[in-house]
Amino acid sequence: MSAATTAQRASSWMAASSMAQRIGSVVLFLVVWQIVADVVHSRLLPSASAVFAVLGQEAVHGPLLFHLGITLARVAAAFVIAMAVGTAIGIVMGRSRTLDALFDSWLVLLLNLPALVIIVLAYVWFGLTEAAAIGAVAVNKIPNTAVTLREGARALDRRYSDMAASFRVGRWRTLRHVILPQLYPYVFAAARSGLALVWKIVLIVELLGRSNGVGFEIQLYFQQFDVTRILAYSIAFMVVIQVIEWAIFQPLERRAARWRQ
Amino acid sequence: MAPVTPALVAAIREKRYARARGAVPHVALAGLSLQVAAGEFVALVGPSGCGKTTFLNIVAGLDRDFDGEVRLAPRPDGEAARVGYVFQEPRLLPWRTVYENIALVLPPHRADVRLQDMLQAVGLPQARDLYPLQLSVGMSRRVAIARAFAIVPDLLLMDEPFVSLDHDTVEQLRDLLLKLWHARPTTVLFVTHDIREALVLADRLVLLSGTPGRVLADVPVGLARHRRHSGAEIERLRDEILRRHRELIGAAAAPATSES
Repeated sequence: MSAATTAQRASSWMAASSMAQRIGSVVLFLVVWQIVADVVHSRLLPSASAVFAVLGQEAVHGPLLFHLGITLARVAAAFVIAMAVGTAIGIVMGRSRTLDALFDSWLVLLLNLPALVIIVLAYVWFGLTEAAAIGAVAVNKIPNTAVTLREGARALDRRYSDMAASFRVGRWRTLRHVILPQLYPYVFAAARSGLALVWKIVLIVELLGRSNGVGFEIQLYFQQFDVTRILAYSIAFMVVIQVIEWAIFQPLERRAARWRQ
Repeated sequence: MAPVTPALVAAIREKRYARARGAVPHVALAGLSLQVAAGEFVALVGPSGCGKTTFLNIVAGLDRDFDGEVRLAPRPDGEAARVGYVFQEPRLLPWRTVYENIALVLPPHRADVRLQDMLQAVGLPQARDLYPLQLSVGMSRRVAIARAFAIVPDLLLMDEPFVSLDHDTVEQLRDLLLKLWHARPTTVLFVTHDIREALVLADRLVLLSGTPGRVLADVPVGLARHRRHSGAEIERLRDEILRRHRELIGAAAAPATSES
């Protein structure tokens, strides 16, 4: 048996064992939840089994999937806008000292502006519209992305740009083949923290000014003190976000890092 | 026989690097003038830190902040001259395959045919889909050379491309370079601090001073190329040039030392 196959086996065994640990940890959490709920025996702390039963029922017969879809669409729109705009701002600020000096304080200001303030102002200024909702979420994430990408743009290796310039590689091709691949790790870092931030803020804009989506439903059940449904909706959405992380982000990141092995 | 039209005319009056506010700027080049005929292989020889790389970057158009002129003869079709650059380290994009690295510097629709030929010519027909991290040091250098030749350059700049390699690899790469240059003639400006290497490769040696760099002497290599493999003659020439170079550097430095 060659060393390579041994190493491969060892690494796949490790992957399997870490997967088992993960599942074990989730199961442990559910068991603890179930026991505590049974002991407390209160309407305000429904058991895990009750929550999952409602979750299944809402998904099949209720509007859960509809609201999930709406929220997901908002997350996607806000995420794409925030990543695109934030990346562009970050690259420009990382490359130009003048612009960086000029706008750095703006970025700090935006970073420190509470999400709630941005949302309220957006609704006040632009009305209770879809555009205001998505825009408010994007504005919350843009400074964060810009700061991360600015770091990346500052760390760009001058030697590769010089190579491209001396061979007269055009602007667009230089960006695509020379600049962006150096920024991918920063883009992924921003995307991961971005997804986590964006979906939480989307729930708040839905709660404050939309008439559908997971956030709206949670507000509804909050008024009825229906903790079971609040938890069912939250869990459903958390699972969706985790699946996006596993099924989209992680494979993309592996693909971008293929040349390192 | 090299035609008389110069492929490159460079006259750098001064190149200085700004330093922190208040400090005296560092003068890298002062009065470096050079003319290279089309098809000529010129070696720039000078002590390390004398501004050789600075000069190549100016010729390549990477550095425009200098006082002086650089003129490259345009192509017969009137287009600007194409410049190939082989850097001190291979400078391949690690996230692109060998094929993609070379294709990047070629016009998109012409890439395929030329590329396979080029890889064949540098002896790496199998390396097409490998990533640079999978290549040996010698292979990476070959790819860097293939990339520079692939664009069919009018001027090929080489900045000590064979430093920090073992003796056998250097020999192989020098032979490869000469073979490629004979098959695909072009004007070459080759920077080195190794007189022996310059004698093996070049038509003419241009000896540079220490900082700030300028031309001290111009030494045509009289030895026919097929006789350059004999070590003895190269050694004799080398000793002679080395002695002369040292005297010239000493003479150039003398006034400066007496002033201080």
